[in-house]
Amino acid sequence: MKDPKKTNNSRFRLIFRTYNIRIVSQIFFFSLFLLSLWASWTTRVKGYPVSRFLEMNPLISLTSALSTGYVYRYLGWSVVVLIVTLCLGRVFCSWFCPFGSLHQFVRWVSKPKKRNDDDHLLNRYQYKYYFKYVLLVIFMILAALGSLQVGLIDPISVMYRSFVTTIAPALNMVFDGSAALLSEFGFETSAYSGLKFSPDVARRLFSGSFLIGLIFLFFVGINIIHPRFFCRCLCPLGALFGLMSPFTLIRISKNSGKCTNCNACLRRCEGGADPHTVFRQSECFVCLNCLDDCPENALTFKLFAKQDEHVIIGPDLNKRQIILSSLFAFFTFSFLRYNDKNSERNLSSSLIRPPGATEEEEFLRRCIKCDQCINICPTNVLQPAGFIEAGFENIWTPLMNFNIGHCQLKCNLCSEICPTGAIRKITVEEKLGKGRSSQTGPIRLGTAFFDRGRCLPHAMQIPCVVCEEVCPTSPKAIQTQDEEEKDVFGNIVLLKKPFIVPDLCIGCGLCQTKCPVRGSKAVYVTSVGETRSIHSQLLLKHRKSLKP
Amino acid sequence: MKSKTSLSQNNPNNLDRRSFLKKLFVVTGLSTGALYLGMAPENWPLSRRDFSGLRGKPVLKPFLLNDFRVAKPLHAKEIGVGHGNSVRERLLKALNAVGGIEHYIKPGDIVLIKPNVAFDRSPFFGATTAPEILEELIKLLLFDCRAGEVRIADNPIESAADCFIKTGLDAVARKFNVRICLPDPQSFRVLHTPGASLIENWLFFHRPFIDVDKVIGLATVKDHNLCQASLGIKNWYGLLGGLRNHFHQNIHEVISELSIMIKATLTILDGSRILMRNGPTGGNPNDVLLGNTVIAGVDPVAIDAWAFEHLLGRGQKYPHYLFLAEKKGGGFIAYRDRIGIVL
Repeated sequence: MKDPKKTNNSRFRLIFRTYNIRIVSQIFFFSLFLLSLWASWTTRVKGYPVSRFLEMNPLISLTSALSTGYVYRYLGWSVVVLIVTLCLGRVFCSWFCPFGSLHQFVRWVSKPKKRNDDDHLLNRYQYKYYFKYVLLVIFMILAALGSLQVGLIDPISVMYRSFVTTIAPALNMVFDGSAALLSEFGFETSAYSGLKFSPDVARRLFSGSFLIGLIFLFFVGINIIHPRFFCRCLCPLGALFGLMSPFTLIRISKNSGKCTNCNACLRRCEGGADPHTVFRQSECFVCLNCLDDCPENALTFKLFAKQDEHVIIGPDLNKRQIILSSLFAFFTFSFLRYNDKNSERNLSSSLIRPPGATEEEEFLRRCIKCDQCINICPTNVLQPAGFIEAGFENIWTPLMNFNIGHCQLKCNLCSEICPTGAIRKITVEEKLGKGRSSQTGPIRLGTAFFDRGRCLPHAMQIPCVVCEEVCPTSPKAIQTQDEEEKDVFGNIVLLKKPFIVPDLCIGCGLCQTKCPVRGSKAVYVTSVGETRSIHSQLLLKHRKSLKP
Repeated sequence: MKSKTSLSQNNPNNLDRRSFLKKLFVVTGLSTGALYLGMAPENWPLSRRDFSGLRGKPVLKPFLLNDFRVAKPLHAKEIGVGHGNSVRERLLKALNAVGGIEHYIKPGDIVLIKPNVAFDRSPFFGATTAPEILEELIKLLLFDCRAGEVRIADNPIESAADCFIKTGLDAVARKFNVRICLPDPQSFRVLHTPGASLIENWLFFHRPFIDVDKVIGLATVKDHNLCQASLGIKNWYGLLGGLRNHFHQNIHEVISELSIMIKATLTILDGSRILMRNGPTGGNPNDVLLGNTVIAGVDPVAIDAWAFEHLLGRGQKYPHYLFLAEKKGGGFIAYRDRIGIVL
């Protein structure tokens, strides 16, 4: 009955279907993404390019080039992705992007298996898909005006931020829990710490992770009712690729003579690119499902395909939308800027940036809120900033919370990992002000102050001076003087009373972290005196060493 | 008959006897069970009743630490001091004065070394245990004593992994394939120390102590502003967990209690680099004095007294915690007759 040659061929086609190869690629790049998160740890990083996903992101390179005028460090790598896109179209979305893979996976899992009828409706092109181009224009103009906000919605940044602050801690919890369970039964569980994203530390905290997690779950969960809503409707990176699509060399082309209008190609179309009627080149994710599904082989992936009435190569974006979104961006910029939280005249005392961070305005031109620095920080001092303490413009940028941790003296990991130079690459020598940097002195994050109303020796005649003990500078920036005093019971006690030497304080916050007066600490660091800004200097002496 | 069955099948409100009894049985069983669990007196088996609200309070289940001490050989001294130009020479001299390390560590023993890795410092600042002496000690344990396993553990003030790497101890541990136990949330359990008041029941870095036979403290000699000197006994502070920074309000008391908290096999004090000032963090090579001395022994109080007097050079006005430790039974300050100094 059956032709053996034909069955062989179909089995071959079953295994080497294009979409199988695509799934392998997606799993590979998703694993690579997880690996880069896992490797972003002080004992593992060892110079591996753990931020390459962000550095190869053309949207980040382009917008940060718009806002700063330069292409920082490895951001030039994004040219690779641009070249691939120019050759093959938006392959990034369906072959490499970890967020896209996640969307596709969630849709695949949650899809009602028996009903495929509504796929025809859901996967058709919808007018609202133009919105991503509007977002792209808004973020580009914001960047050009000097506020790099693209990280709010750039898929790779969203992915890193959400995984760092919500998914990785959740996985750590799973590993910890299973290790505890196994050790109950007497198994050796020390190998488990190797799996954890942040091994051998106390439970890591990420303030504001609830909101980040909620947004992430929304983006992922909405696939259940609307497949790849984020990719089709919101993703500005996809929009950038869409803008480039008219120039791609190879694209899907339809032989309308062979087409029987069966609409089989539409059923699994990832991008909503309407392959069944007028194919929208800019929406196509090049997932190549339609090529597999077409029973007539009417669709081909073709070099220099001719442009006819069956294809729309450019995005659905008109001049009016561009003008309106530019206006919108301009006003958004002014709202963001004048909602001032940290400027020359209104310096925020709690907005303490990591060592190597550029001056606030420069920082906002660079930081994409990917929170990679927060991931790699070994002491957990870096936290995503919230609306309240940092304002809308600064949301999820790295902020130092010295109640949680301190800035370790010989650590420059956050500056090492920053893809965009918001935290400039510094050496440990530069941070400590040793060697060649001895002229400029150490990098100061702020200055510590005493709350003498809460400090045990000052307020209650109880010996303490943990702050002095842990102060890491040499000579110590917190010193003590002996004083004999009567305590509340009338006993004479000899106390060591701590005081700050502001010349020596580098604002590392170790005193604040270790202060036993919990809640509102009796010694605390504020941003005044930070090296990065001439406007927030405290001492005339330090002011002189900085150039105006 | 036929109409009856169809009635009971079609109309869910119309129960037949069998299903009614079944449902009645299930409902009665569940409610009796719930009633028993919730209302049975508290001493009955499986009762979950908690009338006073005290039963649900978390119960402290402290553990006791073994006594790791080994009696010294009859003719050996209790404290050995070794001077010399190389670390190995100093260490061997000190250990031989107390009877040789082979007397204390038997083949197959699991040995835990507790170095002082409190800070993220380079080894030449003298703020942490030097990698050289750790290397020599591991060599002695693994090759001379044929110890079954050697572990290293500390709960540093700064990020643990970084502290071990930058003090150079991680490299030594890797060289000999020795396990470093870093503190994670699962590592701590409440330790009961009889006779102590502040740390009678306190969170303790428990995990590295599982199955351990011998414990060696490998401390440095450091200046300390609040308690004058951070020596062999203060080193055990690094095993405490919880809010240990509260102890500075009564630092002498807590250090003296550390001397009875853990009864270590040996205490080794490395006087190769002595941090004379600006302790316990250091950070300036000018504060470090090269002492070319190693002290080892079984009496931590006497070791600290000798080191305070001779290495830090601060005379016999010993820190208060040594007297308290003597009173609590941690050891004896008077070291004169019990010391063997090998030049």
